[in-house]
Amino acid sequence: QQLLCGENEVYDYDLIVIGGGSGGLACSKVRASQITLSKPTLPPDLHLSSLGGTCVNVGCIPKKLMHQTALLGTSIQDARKFGWELPEETVKHNWETMKSAVNNYIGSLNWGYRVALRDKNVNYINSYAEFIESHKIKATNKRGKETFHTAAKFILATGERPRYLSIPGDKEYCITSDDLFSLPHCPGKTLVIGASYVALECGGFLAGLGLDVTVMVRSILLRGFDQEMANRAGKHMEEHGVKFLRKYVPVKVEELEAGTPGRLKVTAKSTEGDETIEGEYNTVLIAVGRDACTGKIGLDQAGVKVNPKNGKIPVNDEEQTNVPHIYAIGDILEGKWELTPVAIQAGKLLARRLYAGASLKCDYVNVPTTVFTPLEYGACGLSEEKAMELYGQDNLEVYHSLFWPLEFTVPNRDNNKCYSKIICNKLDNDRVIGFHYLGPNAGEVTQGYGVAMKCGLTKEQLDNTIGIHPTCAEVRLITDQLQSWCSLANAKRPARCWAVSTTPTCGRRALILPSWSLFLTV
Amino acid sequence: MSNLGHTCWLCLLWSHYQHCPIEIEWHGIWFVTGTFDYDLVVIGGGSGGLACSKEAAQLGQKVAVLDYVEPSVKGTKWGIGGTCVNVGCIPKKLMHQAALLGTALKDAQKYGWQIPGPISHDWSTMAEAVQNHVRSLNWGHRVQLQDKEVKYLNVKGSLLDEHTVKGLTRTGKETMLTAKNIVIATGGRPKYPTHIPGAVEHGITSDDIFWLKESPGKTLVVGASYVALECAGFLTGIGLETTVMVRSIPLRGFDQQMAGLVTDYMEAYGTKFSWRSVPKSVDKLSSGVLQVTWTDEQTGKDQRDTFDSVLWAVGRAPETKTLGLEKVGVKLNKESGKILVAADESTSVPNIYAFGDIGEGRPELTPTAIKAGKLLARRLAGRTNELMNYDNVATTVFTPLEYGCVGLSEEEAESRHGKDSIEVYHAFYKPLEFTVAERDASQCYIKVVCKRGGDQRILGLHFTGPNAGEVTQGFAMGFQCGATLTHLKETVGIHPTCAEELTKVNVSKRSGLDATVTGC
Repeated sequence: QQLLCGENEVYDYDLIVIGGGSGGLACSKVRASQITLSKPTLPPDLHLSSLGGTCVNVGCIPKKLMHQTALLGTSIQDARKFGWELPEETVKHNWETMKSAVNNYIGSLNWGYRVALRDKNVNYINSYAEFIESHKIKATNKRGKETFHTAAKFILATGERPRYLSIPGDKEYCITSDDLFSLPHCPGKTLVIGASYVALECGGFLAGLGLDVTVMVRSILLRGFDQEMANRAGKHMEEHGVKFLRKYVPVKVEELEAGTPGRLKVTAKSTEGDETIEGEYNTVLIAVGRDACTGKIGLDQAGVKVNPKNGKIPVNDEEQTNVPHIYAIGDILEGKWELTPVAIQAGKLLARRLYAGASLKCDYVNVPTTVFTPLEYGACGLSEEKAMELYGQDNLEVYHSLFWPLEFTVPNRDNNKCYSKIICNKLDNDRVIGFHYLGPNAGEVTQGYGVAMKCGLTKEQLDNTIGIHPTCAEVRLITDQLQSWCSLANAKRPARCWAVSTTPTCGRRALILPSWSLFLTV
Repeated sequence: MSNLGHTCWLCLLWSHYQHCPIEIEWHGIWFVTGTFDYDLVVIGGGSGGLACSKEAAQLGQKVAVLDYVEPSVKGTKWGIGGTCVNVGCIPKKLMHQAALLGTALKDAQKYGWQIPGPISHDWSTMAEAVQNHVRSLNWGHRVQLQDKEVKYLNVKGSLLDEHTVKGLTRTGKETMLTAKNIVIATGGRPKYPTHIPGAVEHGITSDDIFWLKESPGKTLVVGASYVALECAGFLTGIGLETTVMVRSIPLRGFDQQMAGLVTDYMEAYGTKFSWRSVPKSVDKLSSGVLQVTWTDEQTGKDQRDTFDSVLWAVGRAPETKTLGLEKVGVKLNKESGKILVAADESTSVPNIYAFGDIGEGRPELTPTAIKAGKLLARRLAGRTNELMNYDNVATTVFTPLEYGCVGLSEEEAESRHGKDSIEVYHAFYKPLEFTVAERDASQCYIKVVCKRGGDQRILGLHFTGPNAGEVTQGFAMGFQCGATLTHLKETVGIHPTCAEELTKVNVSKRSGLDATVTGC
């Protein structure tokens, strides 16, 4: 009934998109390019004065650039071994130089988005949006001026913001990933609280810049990801100087001295007993998760159902909420990926379905992703745990291999640390249902495998693809291990550890045993 | 086939106890065994030969592999493992990495790393590190052969008859080996333009460059093959003045638009190109430098410059002359000197096989040779009848801006399917890492050649940019699974990477729209 009367009314806009992040921008742009009518995009939050959302401003982009900075630090070390003559003294890093360079780039992206929206004839309003009726929103700008807008359809794409801990001192003295990338001063000795990918990525690059970094972990690393891979990524960080405080939760943060950076005292208690510990840090970064920005946008007024536990919005497979003319995409969706490209894909496809007569829905299965820890971790499809749960241990075959990238051999680092595995479903023609890669350039490596899995890659097809030599990406292709062979031949560690690298939690594994492991164990 | 496999095992077992010739009939087929020293003798200890011999040994065959490195004209020699390990992929990629690290050192300063003072590169440190790694691989190969019970002979092999191989040691000692099957995998070696005065005397090739103890200094690279461009690329990257002399086109056989981007990038980053030029002579001056005279074919005039080194990279040729092939009736392609082979790698003599770079019309790539060698070994052991599929082999050229591709070039797709039946999607993109580093990304480009209409099956995929090898591999696998443009576009990108740009292509060349990627 509401829908019927909605169609008879005349609205200001066809579509209002709330949220100027990757997803929101993608659907407003596509929409415009399809039938070129104007409609506004409203950023959800006054704090986010720049267009582009989390990814561009306080997520993927600055994160990857700072990760790259850390990688370049390793390159400087490697370079000496490759014949580059650098002054003897250790090379120092300057936080301000990096921060300005990164922020300048982000500024140029923000500007680019403004221009793009204007070109696509999208009306952009930099205000905080709140539903007051199911077809009407109130927009409040920075100066408190209110305007009202109506639309036939709405897309919610307000995303998430980092969660605080609700302990004494957290909001006063701690920072989150929203602050880290534009921090005017070097964070110094840092405590990272949490073991999400945000925590490990930030901890990883800070350590890579030469800072003293400790990561406080309540339970496990990278929840939701394959745990064997997560632990290997964590172990690598540990071996490169990141300290891990496991099974502790912070109880309070006190300021010892103000400054840039100041000094903070953190008290934490064990999750397994009454033991408490104290530590002194210059910066405390909280990365314990993110909360959906759905609480203060008047969803109750519009009648949109929200999961009260996590603030997320349940949608059907067409991103439609329980209110038919209100859709939602991106991080605020319940049970969906919190990834920029997923939001973009969903946004584009949604706009095309709504306005261009398309029917293609966003496929949330086999989404490839990469965690930019110091040793990068790329994955597509199921984790081993999830695969076992879905198909049973006996119906899986797991192929895996440790490898040593050729580029690591000359600097003689991280021998036998890179690892990859594929999980095949024996019930379905040995189809690859999980792909995991821990090594350099994981993002670049994993992307193509994502396409292959989209095409229904089987183990046989994988075996039939010829490798590109010498790359890391070829490693999985090889059953007799050319790559491992070429790069592992002078492994100093006995390779037996490799052969027994199956963890107790793992299912059946077909060890791809290269012959070198035999001679090395002799 | 399973019957056949069964027979072979019986034969093997039988001959093992009998130590004498024995003939067994199985389903009307006569099998002769036990008459030879070996089931299989492989001539050539490169990637292909080693893979084939190890696989055969693992399947229970008695195998010998003959490896002998004829020193280069300059006297460079190396150990077991063939071109890839010693004078190809491995040292090449490591020196390419050295050059990339040079760029990284420059980038690092933009990212806030404070490197005091000037940076210079020391050739001998790099060369020694690379050579040590190669030696460790040589050692590994030896141990691996021993481990798999493959008899290794450091002798130069040649055919006496279809079952007998003569091995000649460096000191001139002869060994005779008989084998049921013989596999030739001796590969190729760089060519010299013998008609150019001074070329052989004063020039080096890719067989020498990786083993030089001293820096080659100011270098002229003659040729525009991938070997030429890769070598010129890393020499420039480590700070040497380098010129590439090109007679006609760069990267023949590769997509020419992509080849153009590769050379444009090299030119932008300091490699000099002498286009449409043909060298005439090389003279050594009293100062020790090499004076090269060449003809500029555009002007018809002769030009002259001096160099410290001249590297010939004008192609590779198989070493078939000393193998005694004609004598036993193995047919060659007269022009290329390569061995004519059937789909099962067999030559004109039924029990003699050839594969790898020496096979006529085969791609000259290590992973292809390895795969072909293994499959051959499995077929010879009666374990399979699967043939090597030489189509759609992905490859990457490790030039300063790497170029990876799989499938057809745009030209090839046009000529096979017609211009109207293909749709070419493309995009110019900027790798995130280039932004802060303030590097020019004009040549970072992707191109997806599809069949026009229907589900737009992908015919060719091309990528220039950092880590092209890593990017291309997975896409090659998608290619193997029959990927279409829809598959590509339905795959969610990994953000922020270069590879994700391939999942976002939507501008076709036909549309004439601007293909520059903006935003993220």
